[in-house]
Amino acid sequence: MANLYSGSALSGGSMAVIKNDGPDDDARQASALVGEHYTAREVMRRLLAYMGPSKPLLVLGFVASAVSVALQLWVPIIIGEAIDCMVEAGSVNFAALRGPLTRLAMVIPLVALGQWVSTTCTNRLSYETIRALRDDSFRVLKGLPLSFFDTHPHGDLLARIAGDVDQVGDGLLQGLTQLFSGIMTIVGTLVFMCSLSVPVALVVMALTPLSILVASQIAKRSSASFAAQQALQGQLGGYAEETISNQRLITSFSQSERCQKRFEDINAKLFVAGEHAQFVSSLTNPSTRIVNNIIYAVVAVVGCLCVVTGQPSPLSVGQVQSFLSYSNQYMKPFNEISGVVTQLQAALASARRVFALLDAPREEPDAADAIELVDCTGDLDFRQVDFSYQPSRPLLRDITFHAAPGQRIALVGPTGCGKTTLINLLLRFYDLKGGSIRIDGHDIAQCSRKSLRGAFGMVLQDTWLFSGTVRENIRYGRPDATDEQVEEAARRAHAHKFIVQLPQGYDTMVGEGGGALSQGQRQLLCIARVMLTDPSILLLDEATSSIDTRTELQVQDAFDRMMEGRTSLVVAHRLSTVRNADCILVMQDGVISERGTHEELLEQGGFYAHLYASQWEGMG
Amino acid sequence: MTMLSLLRRFLPPFRNKAIVGTICKVVEVIFDLLTPMIVARMIDAGVAAHDMALVVRLGALLVLLAVVGYGFTFVCQRLAATVSQGMGTDIRNALYAKVGELGAADLDRFGTPSLVTRVTNDVNQVQVAIAMGIRMLIRWPFIAIGSIVAAMSIDLRLGAVLAVCAVSIALVFWVVMSRSIPLFRAIQEKLDGISRIARENLEGVRVVRAFGREEHEDERFVSASRDQADTSIAVGKLSALLNPSTYLIMNLGVVAILWAGSVRIDAGSLTQGEVIAFVNYMTQVLVSIGYVANLVVVFTRGSASATRIMEVLNTSPEVAEASDAVELPAAPAPGTPALSFENVSFTYGGQSAALGNVSFALAPGETLGIIGGTGSGKSTLSALCTRLYDPTQGIIRVNGVDIRHARLDSLRKTVSSVPQRASLLSGTIRSNLSWRKLEASDDELWQALATAQAQDFVREKEGGLDAPVEAGGVNFSGGQRQRLTIARALVGSPQVIVLDDAASALDYATDARLRHALKELSDRPTTVVISQRVAAVMGSDQILVLDHGQMAGLGTHDELVRTCPIYREICLSQLKAEEVDN
Repeated sequence: MANLYSGSALSGGSMAVIKNDGPDDDARQASALVGEHYTAREVMRRLLAYMGPSKPLLVLGFVASAVSVALQLWVPIIIGEAIDCMVEAGSVNFAALRGPLTRLAMVIPLVALGQWVSTTCTNRLSYETIRALRDDSFRVLKGLPLSFFDTHPHGDLLARIAGDVDQVGDGLLQGLTQLFSGIMTIVGTLVFMCSLSVPVALVVMALTPLSILVASQIAKRSSASFAAQQALQGQLGGYAEETISNQRLITSFSQSERCQKRFEDINAKLFVAGEHAQFVSSLTNPSTRIVNNIIYAVVAVVGCLCVVTGQPSPLSVGQVQSFLSYSNQYMKPFNEISGVVTQLQAALASARRVFALLDAPREEPDAADAIELVDCTGDLDFRQVDFSYQPSRPLLRDITFHAAPGQRIALVGPTGCGKTTLINLLLRFYDLKGGSIRIDGHDIAQCSRKSLRGAFGMVLQDTWLFSGTVRENIRYGRPDATDEQVEEAARRAHAHKFIVQLPQGYDTMVGEGGGALSQGQRQLLCIARVMLTDPSILLLDEATSSIDTRTELQVQDAFDRMMEGRTSLVVAHRLSTVRNADCILVMQDGVISERGTHEELLEQGGFYAHLYASQWEGMG
Repeated sequence: MTMLSLLRRFLPPFRNKAIVGTICKVVEVIFDLLTPMIVARMIDAGVAAHDMALVVRLGALLVLLAVVGYGFTFVCQRLAATVSQGMGTDIRNALYAKVGELGAADLDRFGTPSLVTRVTNDVNQVQVAIAMGIRMLIRWPFIAIGSIVAAMSIDLRLGAVLAVCAVSIALVFWVVMSRSIPLFRAIQEKLDGISRIARENLEGVRVVRAFGREEHEDERFVSASRDQADTSIAVGKLSALLNPSTYLIMNLGVVAILWAGSVRIDAGSLTQGEVIAFVNYMTQVLVSIGYVANLVVVFTRGSASATRIMEVLNTSPEVAEASDAVELPAAPAPGTPALSFENVSFTYGGQSAALGNVSFALAPGETLGIIGGTGSGKSTLSALCTRLYDPTQGIIRVNGVDIRHARLDSLRKTVSSVPQRASLLSGTIRSNLSWRKLEASDDELWQALATAQAQDFVREKEGGLDAPVEAGGVNFSGGQRQRLTIARALVGSPQVIVLDDAASALDYATDARLRHALKELSDRPTTVVISQRVAAVMGSDQILVLDHGQMAGLGTHDELVRTCPIYREICLSQLKAEEVDN
C-alpha cells in the first residue's frame, strides 16, 4: 500500500516536516544570526584572540614588510646615484660608482628577504586563524538546539563555515597587510621624492588624483554593469538548471525548441550586458596607463628642465631616473588599496556572520546530577504532553499514552498532525512545553541526553548516509562492530543481497558523491545500521516508505524478531505496516482522536475506519 | 588543442573584428616600447646639449604616443568585448541546443550538474580566455620580447643580460606555478571535503545525535580542516618565493647593467640615456612576465573548459531521427495494436539487463497495468515508449509503425507520458499545461484538469490557469503536482498515455476517481499504468508483472492471482487474503 495522504510522498525529510507543522518565520529567526551589532573593534579584538600563539608572527610580518618597503623605495635613489657617476665617455667615476653598487648589492637581497618573511608570516597566520575559527564554528554546532537547524537554512550555515571563514582569512589578514604595505609605499615614496626635489614631487602629487579619479570612475561604472551582467547570468543559469534537470521530460514532450527560444532570449540580453560590462572594466588598465604615461612624460620634461636650468630645483640625470621609477610605482598602491578596502569590508561582514554563529544561544547542558539510563526495559509513558514550535500555534495537546515493554505502538494521521514531532520530543531534540515523558519511570528531562538517545534505535524517512563506505555507514551506530556483525545486520535488513552486487561490495563509497543508490536501498542501509545497534526502543518514522511492499514485509519480520520483548513506535502511511500493532493511535490536529487495535478501530467507524475504507473505494 | 577546434568552429563570424583588435593592440605595444628610447634621447640629446626645445618636443611626443595609443587600445578593448562575448553567446546557444538533443543515456552519463556547469561556468571561462587572448596575449609577450630586442639593438651584450634575467624570471614563475597549481586544486578539493562533512552534519543532525556520535564528527571535521590548512600553508610557502626571487633577479640584473654600462660609457660606446633605457626595459620585462604567467593560468583553465564543452558538442545523440522517418498514422489499421512490445530488451551500458524479452500488445483504448518491486524495470519500460532510450533488442510499435522509423515529434505527440517525478517548470499553470498543444483553449485545459482531478485546487488559486508556478512547482503539494503533470499529459488528446507511478502521492479515493475519469474519456487513450499499488492495476485489461526486468506474468488480475506466485505475494502484502481471492 502506498501513501495515504496526498502530498506526503514528497515531503522529503526533516526540514519539510518541520515546515509543515513547525515555525514558518525562518527569515526572522535567521536574521538573528546577522551579527550586525559587533563593532569593527570588537571583531578585530576577537580575531586577535584567535591568532593566539601565532601573534608574534603578526608583529614579525609587519616589521619585515615595513623594512622591505622602505629599502625597496631607497633602491631607485641608489640607482640614480650610480647613473650620475657615469655621465660621459672618459669621465666615469669608477671609485664613486663602487659605493652605490655595493649598497645595491646589500639592499636588494634584504628587500627580497623582507618580502619573503612578511608573506610567509601572513600566510601562516591567516591559515592557522582560518583553521581555528573554522574548527570552532563547527564545534559550536553540537551544542546548539535542534530548533536551530530546523529554522536556519543549511546553505547559509554552510556558507559561514566554508566561505565566510575563508573570507575572513583572505580579507582581514592578507588585506590588512596589503593595506599596510600600500600605505607605507605611498608615504615612503612621498618622503623620498621630497628629499630629491620638493617642486617635482609636488608636480607628481598634483597629478596623482587624476589617475585615482579615472580609476574610481571606471570602477563605479563597471560595478553597475557587472551587477546587471550577474543578474542575467543568474537568470540564465537558473533557467539552464531548471530545464536541464528536467531534460527527459522536455524531450518526451518535444519541448526542446521552445526552451531553446527562451534560452536564446535571455542569452541575447546577457550578450548586451556582458559586452558592456567587459568593455567598461577592460578600460581600467589602459585608462590608468594613459594617465600614468602622461605623468611620466611631464616628470621627464620637468626633470630634464631641472637638470638643464637648475630651476625650479637642481637635479642630476640619475635623480630624474629615480623620479621616473617613483612615478611608475607610486600609482600601484592606490589601485591596490581601493581593492583592499572593498575586500576588508566584505571580510568584516563575513567575520560578523561567523561570530554570530559562534555566539548562537546554546542548548541547556545536562544537569550535573543527570540520570544515566542503563539497560532500559522500554517502558514508555507519555503524560499530558503539550508542545508547540511557536507559542501562538499549539501543535500537540494532552498526549497521554503508555507503552509497556514489548508493545508495538503505531501512529497514524494526516501530514502535519504532529507524529514526527513526538519522535523529536522523545529524543529530546525539542523540550516539552507541558506534561512529561517517562522511560522506565525516569522523566526524560532528567536523563542525560546521551544515555537517553543511546536507548533508542531510530530510522527516519529521510535517509542519511555520510560519504564513506557501506560498511562504515552500517557501523556508524556501533563503531566496534566486527565485519561479520555488519554483514549479519545487513542480511537481517535484506540489504546484503544488493550490497554484494555493488561494484566494491561493502567497500563501495556511498553518500554524497558516492555511487547512486535508490531511495529504497538507502532506507535498507539505514535499517541495517539500526539492526546493528540492538536498541531497547525502536522508532520508525516512515522507515520503509520507499521499499516495495514485498521487501517491506520481510524487513518488518526482521524488526519483529529483533524487538521481541522490546518496545517500538512506528509512524507509517501504509496501513499494512500498522495493522498488527498492539495499539494504534490516530492523531488529528495535535490530539489523539482514536486509539485501539486495528479491529477495534474499524468497529468504532471513526477516522481510521474511514481511511481504511477509502482504500477500496472505486476499486477495479 | 580543443581550444583551437572551438575557435575554428565559433570564430569565423568574428574573424575580422578579432584581427583588427589584435592589430590595434600591436600598435599600442610598439608605442609603449618606444617610450624608454625617447626618454633616453631626451637625456642624451636634450639634456646633454642643453636643448630644452628638444626636451619639450620629445615630451610632447610621449604624450601624443600615450593618447594615440589609448585610442588604439580603446578600439581593441571594444572589439575584444564583442568578439569574446559574441562567441560565448554562440557557444552557449549551441551547447544548450545540443543538450536538448541528447538522449537519456547521454544525460545520465554527463549528469545534470555537470551539464549546467558546462553551459554556464565553462563557457564563461572560455569567454575570459578569448578576451584575455585578444587583449593581453599579444601585449605582454610582445612587450617582454620587444624590450629584449630593443635592448639588444642598443647593445647586444648588455641586451643579453636582460635576456638572461628574463629567462631566469620566467623559469622561477614556471617552477613555482607548476608546483603550486596542482596544490591549489588539492586545496579546493579539501575545502569541498570540509563542506561535505559540514553539510552532512547539518542534514543528519538528528541521526548524529541519536547515535551520540558528535565527538566522532568533530574529529572528522578537525582532521579534514587541519589537512586543508597544512596544504594551504605549503602552497603559501611556495608562492611566497615568487616575488622576492624575481625582484632579486631583476635588480641584480640592474646592478650588472650599471656596472657593465659604466665601462661602456667610459669607453664611449654607450650613453647615459641608453643605460637608463636599459633599466626601464628591465622593469617592463619583469611586469610583463608576471602578466604572462597570469595568462598561462587563465588559458589552462580556459582550455580545460573548452575540452569539457567540446565533449558535449561532439556527442552524437544516441536517439536520433532516421532520415526517412514517417508521420505516425492517426489510428492503427483494423486489427493492429495501438502499442506493442515485441521481445524488447534493454541494458544500461554493460550491466545486467534492466528489461529482458518483454512482449505485449494493446488494442486501442485498452489499459495495461504494470506492477513490480523496486528495480524491476518499470520506469525503464516507460522511458522506452517515447524513445528516451532505444531498446537494445526487439521492436516497439505504435499504431503498427516501428517507433525508430517514426518522426520524433510525431511519436511524442501520439504518446504522452507522466513521469514518476512530478515536476513543473516555472511559469504559469497554463504555460505548464499547454506543452503538448500551444494553442489549447481554456476549455480544453479545464477539461484535462477535471479528468486529472485537479480542477478544484486550480480554481481556488488566484489567477486560475494563470496562477504562477515556481521553479520545480514548489508552491504546490506533491499530490497537486502529480495531478497537474497528469493534466499536462492529457491536453491535446494523446492516443497513448503512459503513467509511471504517477498517482503515488494521491490518496486512494482520488486515485480511484482519476482512474475512473480516464476510463470515461470520450476518445479513450490506450493507457499504460505503472504502479506499486495492486489497487491501481487490478482493474486493467491486462497486467504485466515484472521481476528484475523479466516478465513474471501477463494476464488479468484473476488469472494472475491463480497462476503467478509473485503477483499473489504482492497482493498478499497489500490486501487481506480474502480480498485477494474475492
